[in-house]
Parts: sequence; structure tokens; C-alpha cells
Amino acid sequence: MSDAPAPTANCLPLNERIRIPRVPMPTLDREIRVRSFDEVNLGLTAAGAVAEATRCIACAKAGCQLKCPAGVGVREIVALIYGGDFLAAARKLREDNALPAITGRVCPQESQCEGGCVLGKKNEPVAIGNLERFVADFERESGELGLPAIAPPTGKSVAIVGSGPAGLSAAGDLIQKGHRVRVFEALHELGGVLVYGIPEFRLPKAIVKEEIENLRRMGVEFETNVVVGKSVTLDELMRVEGYDAVFVATGAGLPVFLGLPGEHFNGVYSANEFLTRTNLMRAYRFPEFDQPVYDCRGRVVMVVGGGNTAIDAVRAARRLGAKSVILVYRRSQAEMPARAEEIRHARDEGIDFRMLTNPVEFLGDEKGWLTGARCVRMELGEPDADGRRRPVAIPGSEFVLPADVAIIGVGTNANPLIQSTTPDLATNERNCIVADPESMRTSKRGVFAGGDVVTGGATVILAMGAGRQAAKGIDEYLETGEWN
Amino acid sequence: MFKIVEARTAGLNIRQFTVEAPRIARKQRPGQFVILRLHDRGERIPLTIKSADPAAGTITIAVQSVGKTTSLLNSLEAGDSILDVVGPLGRPSEIRNYGTAVILAGSVGSAMALPTANALREAGNRIIFIEGARTKDMVVFEDEVRAASHEAFIMTDDGSYGEQGQVTKKLDQLIAAGRKLDFVLAVGPVRMMRSIAEITGPLGIKTMVSLNSIMVDGTGMCGGCRVLLGNQSKFACVDGPEFDASLVNFDVLIERNAMYRAQECQSLKEFELRKSEEVARVRSASPTKEKQTAQLRARLEAQDERRYV
Ligand SMILES: Cc1cc2nc3c(=O)[nH]c(=O)nc-3n(C[C@H](O)[C@H](O)[C@H](O)COP(=O)(O)OP(=O)(O)OC[C@H]3O[C@@H](n4cnc5c(N)ncnc54)[C@H](O)[C@@H]3O)c2cc1C
Ligand SMILES: Cc1cc2nc3c(=O)[nH]c(=O)nc-3n(C[C@H](O)[C@H](O)[C@H](O)COP(=O)(O)OP(=O)(O)OC[C@H]3O[C@@H](n4cnc5c(N)ncnc54)[C@H](O)[C@@H]3O)c2cc1C
Ligand code: SF4
Ligand code: SF4
Ligand code: FES
Repeated sequence: MSDAPAPTANCLPLNERIRIPRVPMPTLDREIRVRSFDEVNLGLTAAGAVAEATRCIACAKAGCQLKCPAGVGVREIVALIYGGDFLAAARKLREDNALPAITGRVCPQESQCEGGCVLGKKNEPVAIGNLERFVADFERESGELGLPAIAPPTGKSVAIVGSGPAGLSAAGDLIQKGHRVRVFEALHELGGVLVYGIPEFRLPKAIVKEEIENLRRMGVEFETNVVVGKSVTLDELMRVEGYDAVFVATGAGLPVFLGLPGEHFNGVYSANEFLTRTNLMRAYRFPEFDQPVYDCRGRVVMVVGGGNTAIDAVRAARRLGAKSVILVYRRSQAEMPARAEEIRHARDEGIDFRMLTNPVEFLGDEKGWLTGARCVRMELGEPDADGRRRPVAIPGSEFVLPADVAIIGVGTNANPLIQSTTPDLATNERNCIVADPESMRTSKRGVFAGGDVVTGGATVILAMGAGRQAAKGIDEYLETGEWN
Repeated sequence: MFKIVEARTAGLNIRQFTVEAPRIARKQRPGQFVILRLHDRGERIPLTIKSADPAAGTITIAVQSVGKTTSLLNSLEAGDSILDVVGPLGRPSEIRNYGTAVILAGSVGSAMALPTANALREAGNRIIFIEGARTKDMVVFEDEVRAASHEAFIMTDDGSYGEQGQVTKKLDQLIAAGRKLDFVLAVGPVRMMRSIAEITGPLGIKTMVSLNSIMVDGTGMCGGCRVLLGNQSKFACVDGPEFDASLVNFDVLIERNAMYRAQECQSLKEFELRKSEEVARVRSASPTKEKQTAQLRARLEAQDERRYV
């Protein structure tokens, strides 16, 4: 990549560009959105996108690009948007990012690309996520989405286990190399967390479906309803079904409970269950769809946690008609790992944030239904290993928080099914699969792993990067046949 | 798409289906189950695999109508297809030679217990099978139950068939007669399993129960199926479904299974009003999915199933 300004460069003087205010993302009216699962962000208009692109000062050393885990060529893309060539911008974007319509919506931009944008030092950073989403949507709606060239068949085949962002991006790269690719998915729908975790109001399922349709058109085969480790083992995929390599991208879907007394009461959910019922099974459309979720209408719902999962759960509960929705987090808002935009939206939607609070016991009635939680107030003490100040309970600060539903969204662990049925696959103390960060090879010949199942719960863009890295590693292995 | 190749009525509200599911057929072990979804708006429900034929690539399930999804399934016929079937899920039953094994099952529970009973018999156990039902019309699979056991007893609540009384009555009689019982497996309504555990617990007879908690994914991802063992939570779909009865908190299971009662009643009521529409929804599933499975079936058939372990 050269440091020369792009051909369509902006001629507005720098000091004028940085004075242009950030173009706000149009959103669905608050009154409507608390009653519907429709997407909240409506997307920039073409004029809005160009106006936003005008703000970029085309830095020689583009911090935005350095801070994007996928190294997306932001500066050049923004320049192309400024010049009005949205399709060229989309093509450029796709060089580094296989799922731009998705990352534009869900990346934690404030700590990645936008966190590195120089404008952010004094003003608001360029809205890179919004622009990314704009060009990806533009490309999709234009119907100009050309399929990439596919190399002639190599005669090799790869099995991919898991259809989340890691599996899907690996599939896209491997099929282009001419390998036969088949994706196995345990659930009945493809997309991983993108369909069962992240709600419709943040990421419409139709977008995920479309990306999958594109892969299908490129020749990727998909088989749902296969739990690898149960329906078929890794060894059988290679020995019997003849796959030359396997990529394990099974994610981190194992819910963590708090281990508190009373967690069995009716109304206590893992965020995974609450979100799976709501998103994957469309319980928000019960009884039109069969699978129910607790009828939240007129009830008090509390959610424990501070990440994207917890925020998705509070906002879903709000939309299911809860009377009041309380977010309980043991640190302060500054430490919340959730995307800044979602925290802001949750506040707009009237979520009651109770920071520095932690449940110690769930309470229930004689019929086994939740009535509330005994909580303690916390204060921040010394920083711990990861530099965040450790929350400590304030003695004698206990109080009872009444609630009909409690949703636990404090994290997840690696999915264990493959590990437990593949004894020669090395795992670490957290049961994550151990893989070489360069080649993505595991301890087992022909088996590669990446995404959340290796890192523990992380982000869509990192999982995607891992998938592409693995595709490279697999392609090399298939070519050389050398493992060591 | 998973095609139903055979459907028949086994008793009052109880039907048996043989379904094409080649992957599941060759991996199934006694005690394992599938989760199925009938159509694109359907819920996911767990059903035990009654038997599997790896050569034919089929599995057989027995279903009792209790709510909307089981009623809809029981309205289907051979030639219809089920949209999604995943499995085999859960841990297989632990098969050992205990000596004398007593199987107690309530109605459709006997279908669920049959594969384990057969495996225990093959492992050298003497099998005593006690099947209970409310009434004669709900006594199912009697021939298979008799074939699986050395001694079989049929109990009906109203005495319309076999002996009058519940399965626990027969268990009490065997114990009173001084029979040496080494192992008990109970499959049926939670209250029945709880009563059995109350009898065998004090006598120290190893007793396993098959817990039917409410499930969604069946792969350990949601935790909705959790059951309380002592003060420990376990996931029935991956740690079970069979658990040592002496540890199980049955009261919590009964409470948790009532969690969606109101919505279940609503669904069933609406189903009864729109039954033909629902059946049509199953029948109109997309043909592309059918084509995909046909290809898969052909490919799997081309492989030698015995190479799977
Ligand atoms: C509620 C929620 C909200 C989130 N919000 C954001 C966000 O806003 N931004 C962001 O960047 N990240 C977010 N994340 C994190 C992000 O979604 C994950 O890091 C990412 O999806 C990981 O991708 P993956 O491909 O590794 O795994 P997953 O997306 O978890 O996909 C794994 C797939 O493998 C399947 N599978 C598992 N075991 C088996 C098996 N044995 N056989 C076959 N298939 C199997 C699973 O069913 C699943 O479909 C969120 C996560 C959650 C849960
Ligand atoms: C591992 C496992 C294996 C099973 N195997 C079989 C089988 O082989 N054959 C069979 O007929 N059934 C089996 N069941 C029970 C079956 O899954 C339920 O009957 C079914 O989910 C009910 O769905 P529905 O929509 O028809 O009824 P719902 O509307 O969901 O429920 C109707 C009534 O059934 C009760 N109920 C709901 N879920 C369950 C449940 N999981 N178990 C018992 N009662 C329930 C409800 O309390 C309610 O009163 C099994 C359950 C599990 C967990
Ligand atoms: S992929 Fe994510 S981090 Fe990278 S530029 Fe796009 S939105 Fe920013
Ligand atoms: S850091 Fe900001 S201003 Fe600089 S090139 Fe990137 S987006 Fe443009
Ligand atoms: S059914 Fe979801 S964890 Fe068991």
C-alpha cells in the first residue's frame, strides 16, 4: 500500500474538514423500536456517506487502518466513497474483509478503527463502521455483487465444523482456491452467533443469509443438523469421508452460570438460552412461531453482565414487553466491554443501569418461580492482571432486587463436544483448542482450529481473521502435504 | 429433510415413525435421543431413538401426543418429511452386567427404555420389565417388551389389562418377595420416577432415571435443560439424560417442566383450530432441502457404514 493520496482525494482544506460534524446515523424512532425487533440503525444515505467521507484527512500514517484487526484499507475506501464510487469502495473493502455488512454493524469500532482515527483526539472520529456498512449495503442492494473467480478444482476437500464467522470466511477463501468445501453445522440454521446470539434489531438475519447464499453460489456445500463429535467424529470425517483437512470453528457457546444458590428457579436463564429462544427460534413472534420464551410482558427483568451479550439480552427483554429492565454489572460503566453504541441505545431505550452491583443469591417462591436476587454493592479496588480495577464487595451493603426473570450473561466457554471426543486434540486449561497462531494447526495432523474455540469469546472480526488465516494454512498444507 | 418411511399407531395417542436419518442411524447407542423440528416455524423437541437400522439408514421413534408439536408429528404419515433431525444426542446408557435389572416404564417410556433393556440383556443381565399405563389402550409395544425381558409385567391404573395398580406396586411386591434386584432403570413421568427412587434409595439398589427436562439445542449451549443433582447443576442433554436417581432433585424438575405451561396450552388450542394448515406447512417445505438430502444419502450409502466406530 502506498502512502500517496488516493486519486479522488478531497480538496477541502484540512482545517475545514475537521470542523464538519460527524454525520449522525439515522435510527428508528425510540417509541417504535422498544416494541419491535426491526433494525435500529437505518443506515446512512448516499449523501450522508459522502459528507462523512469528506471529514477524513487522509493521514499518511493511517491510525484507523493500523487499529483494524483485519487491516482494512480504510483511508482508500473512504476516499473512494468521497469520490462517489461506492462499488469500487466495496470491492476494495472485500479484499480484507469477507463480511463487511456484518462487521460494519457489529465491530467495536470505538476501540478498533475509529479508536485509531486521528480526528478522535479532538473531535469525533470518522464514522468508519457506518461507512463500511453503507458501501456493503449499497453493493448488496445494487445487485452488482460479482462472485470472485474460482480456481480450477484441486481434487482436495476440506471439512469445516461450525458456520460462524470463522467457518464462513474460511469457506469463502478455500473454495476460491479450488478445494471442495463442506461446512457442518450443529444447529438447523447457519451463521453461528450471528443468528442465534446477535438479535435482529442489531444485525438482520437476511444479511447473514445473503452472505451464505453467496458462498453457496460459489460452490460451498452446507450440511446442517450435524453435531461433529456426536453425529460423526473428526477422525471419521478424515478417514471415512475422505476430507484431506478439517477446520474446527465451533465457537465458545458454553454458557457460564454464576454457581449461586437458586439458579434453578424458573425465570433464571443463561443469556444464550434467552437469546437463542428469541433470535434463532423467533420466540418474539410466538405463537406464530412455536418455541416460547418467558412471557416478559409487564414483568421485571434483570440481566447480569456488561458485555455485548448482556446488552443484547436487556434490549431483547425490553422489546418483549418487560415493564422494567435492569442491567446489573459488578464494575462501572467505563469497564463495560460492550460496544459503546449499544450502551447508548440501551440507555435511550430506558434500561435501568445498576453499576457496581452483583447478585449473590437468587430468591424464589414455593412453586419454584424467581422472585428476585439478593445483591451486594461493589467498589473498585486495585487493578488486576488485565489492568481493570477489580471489583470488591462492600460489607453490609446487601439488598434485595425484586425480579421475575434473571438473565445471566457473564461469558461463555469453548464448546466442548469435539474436544471430548478427540483425545489427541490438545486443549488448554480453559478447554480451548490449542492452535498455532500462524498456521492455525492443532496437535492433530490435518486438523486446524480458529475463532472463539481457540481464543475464548472474542469478536466477529477476529474470528473472521482466524478463518482466513486458517484457510491460508490449510491451502499450504494441501499443497505441500507437510505437517511438521 | 428427513423422510418418514413408515408410520403406525401403537396405542391411544401414541404413534411410531421410522425416519430416514443415515448419519444418526449408524452412530446411535441405547439411551440416546434426537431433537427434531417439524417445519420452519416449529420448535425443537427431544425424542428418544427407539431403534436404528444402520443398513437401511433409518431410525425409529415413538411419540405420545401431549402438546402441539407431538400432536402435529402424530398427524403425519409415511411419505411426509420432517424438516430437521439432529443426533444422536446425550450419553448412551451405561451397559454392564449387574445381575438382575428391573426396567420400569410408563407407556411411551417403554419405547424409550427398550434399546437399553435389549443391551442390558445382551450384556448378560436378567431383565424384569414392568410396563405401566393408565388404561389398556395405552399399553404399547407389549411384544417387544416381552421379547426384551425374562419376566414382563403389565400394570394398568384401572385394571383394564394386565394387573391393576402402578408400576411401583409390582416393584414393592418383588422386593417383598425377597427378590434380589441389582439395578433399576426408570423411564416415565417424573412423579413415577420419584416414587421409584424413594423405594430403591433406602435399599441401596443402583437406580438410573431418564430425565425429560425441557431442551432447546441439545448440545450444551443453552443450559435450559439443567437439572439439580444434590446442589450441583447438570445439563441433561450432554451429561444425561440418565442420572443416578439418588442424587436427583425431582421437585425442581417438576417445577421447571411447568415453566411454559401457559404458552403450551395456547399453542395446543390454536393447533386444534388450525390443524390442517399446520400439516400443510410441514408438507410444503422447500424442495431444495429435499434435493440436498437425497445427495447426502447417496454419498453416505456409497461409504461402508461399518468403518464408523
Ligand atoms: C450475544 C452475543 C453478542 C455478540 N456481539 C458481538 C458484537 O457486537 N461484535 C463482535 O465483534 N462480536 C460480538 N460477539 C462475539 C462474536 O459473535 C463471536 O466472537 C464470534 O461469533 C465467534 O465466531 P466463531 O466463528 O468462532 O464461532 P460462533 O459464531 O460461535 O460459531 C460456531 C458455530 O459452530 C457450531 N458448532 C459448535 N459445536 C459444533 C459441533 N460439535 N459440530 C458442528 N457445529 C458445531 C455452533 O452451533 C455455531 O454455529 C457477540 C457474541 C454473543 C454471544
Ligand atoms: C431426552 C428426552 C427424550 C424424550 N423422549 C421421548 C420419546 O421418546 N417419546 C415421547 O413421546 N416423548 C419423549 N420426550 C418428551 C417430549 O420431548 C415432550 O413430550 C415434547 O417436548 C412435548 O412437546 P409438545 O409441544 O408436544 O408439548 P408441550 O406443549 O411442550 O408440552 C405439553 C405438556 O407436556 C409437558 N412437557 C413439556 N416438555 C416435556 C418434556 N420434555 N418431557 C415431559 N413432558 C413435557 C408440559 O409440561 C405440558 O404439560 C423426551 C424428552 C426428553 C428430554
Ligand atoms: S473491519 Fe471492523 S475494525 Fe476493521 S475497519 Fe471495518 S469496522 Fe473497523
Ligand atoms: S485515521 Fe481517520 S482521518 Fe486518518 S485516514 Fe483514517 S479515517 Fe481518515
Ligand atoms: S438443551 Fe441446551 S444445554 Fe441442554
